[in-house]
Amino acid sequence: MLRLEGVSKDLGDFALKEVNLRVNRGEYFVLLGPSGAGKTLLLEVVAGIQKPDRGRIYLEGEDVTERPPERRGVAYVPQNYALFPHLNVYENIAYGLRIRKVDRREIDSVVRFLADSLGISHLLHRKPNTLSGGEQQRVAIARALAVKPKILLLDEPFSNLDLNTKLKLIEDIRRWHDEFEFTAIHVTHSFDEAVSLANRVGVMVNGRVEQVGSVFEVFSNPKSVEVARFLGYNVFRCVEVESLGLNYDRGEYVVIRPEDVLISDGGLDATVEYVDFMKFSANLTLNVDGIRLKALATINDVLRWNVRVGSKVKVRIKRYRVIS
Amino acid sequence: MRDYVEIFFVILGSFLLIYIALPIAMLIVDQCFDIETLIAILKDEVVLNALKNTFLTAGITTLISLTLGVPLGYVLARREFRYKSLVQGIIDVPIVIPHSVVGIMLLTTFSNAILDSYLGIVMAMLFVSASFTINSARDGFLAVDRKLEDVARTLGAGRLKTFLTISLPLSLPSIASGAIMTFARAVSEVGSILVVAYYPKTAQILVLEYFENFGLRYSRPISVVLIVLSLTSFAVLRWLLRYAKARRSV
Repeated sequence: MLRLEGVSKDLGDFALKEVNLRVNRGEYFVLLGPSGAGKTLLLEVVAGIQKPDRGRIYLEGEDVTERPPERRGVAYVPQNYALFPHLNVYENIAYGLRIRKVDRREIDSVVRFLADSLGISHLLHRKPNTLSGGEQQRVAIARALAVKPKILLLDEPFSNLDLNTKLKLIEDIRRWHDEFEFTAIHVTHSFDEAVSLANRVGVMVNGRVEQVGSVFEVFSNPKSVEVARFLGYNVFRCVEVESLGLNYDRGEYVVIRPEDVLISDGGLDATVEYVDFMKFSANLTLNVDGIRLKALATINDVLRWNVRVGSKVKVRIKRYRVIS
Repeated sequence: MRDYVEIFFVILGSFLLIYIALPIAMLIVDQCFDIETLIAILKDEVVLNALKNTFLTAGITTLISLTLGVPLGYVLARREFRYKSLVQGIIDVPIVIPHSVVGIMLLTTFSNAILDSYLGIVMAMLFVSASFTINSARDGFLAVDRKLEDVARTLGAGRLKTFLTISLPLSLPSIASGAIMTFARAVSEVGSILVVAYYPKTAQILVLEYFENFGLRYSRPISVVLIVLSLTSFAVLRWLLRYAKARRSV
């Protein structure tokens, strides 16, 4: 469907370095990465807003690298939604169809159908600046879907929304994806969104797509140190953490997931430095012989072992991974 | 506690406000004691012709500055290029050159081709007033989020269509206020017109001529007419602009 081959682009602050990527038809692909990783730039290159310095972009088998945005059939929803402020909601959704000189009645039926599906029928005569963030996002998605794009690009679609609006929208996007069967690339730094929506995820760090796979594959088995760091795992150089007593076997880095650091009745001595409670668990920072180790404990464990800042506990490392 | 600093600033600023408003008021009030001359002037064919010339040439000047200046403003807002600051400097130069010098420069360049003609008046006006349209257009386009243009293009609009349907309508208020300034500046231009085109007679030149030949009493009525017309058109255009802006945000 979409294929990027060795795509590079240097904008100074942001860059893409030899990006290879394949997104399949009908797939909901989530591209994860920290701020400044080049995620937005990647979307702009796919949309044709930015031209790559090197590399090729193929869409449905055709080389579209040199094609301007208006002839690509790629719809783009930027982070701030970019609704046209001088047009009302109806005219915003109709924009792409009017440009294509589609018959007036057909435009009307498409706009009303989409507005109905996306739950914004009651807003059609409003101006964008009178809408809430969630409503604006719905209008922006409707405007993009109206032109039946080959790919829908969503840049941080939930970053400006409050939690409840976000959860509702995630649910709706899942439904629309089933209903309209569009192909999407969704860019975000949030794991939750990836878990809720993605068929596959890619992790992007420093302008490179480091790893692509199912959510489970990537989260359970980060292939590189950069991916592991981005996921919030413990990453150490093996030589620096010999005192943990793990078997490194010529590897250079060791990756330990926080949930694999278990508090138990035996093992390494650790001091609790920091406790951050969440709903059903707590993020801990432990000090093991001068090594700062992130751990994820259940509330049960916290109570059972009396975990407080300053308390002494014993920990075992259940699983770890050595990367050379 | 009263904010004495603010009160002090208001007092200082008021002097300037009064200084601007007082002469305008005095001119009109004084004329009220001499209605006969005003009526006589309003019936004077020469005066009416001069007024017509002034507003006609200023109108044409504004249209030309819009046609040529808006595209330039767009390029300045959207493109980075070498010598951009030089280009920007050239645009602002007419504001700092004494206007009689502008007239001399234009005559040196175009000589008799523009001497004492409508063309000469328009060229003199355009030189001193085009900067306002260019700069306001540029500021208007700068205020349009680039993402809007990007999205319009992904939705199928080419460059020109994007410009006509997104960038231009959104910067129209800014462009319009630039055009108003250009028009106002053109109407008030004297120095360069005096050098380039004393004829066909424009109202602002006529004020000067009547003052020199007949004195204050006879030049004042034309001044009153000129200022009333200028201020009225200025106010109407400003009001239209505000009306358009208010409608947009409903």
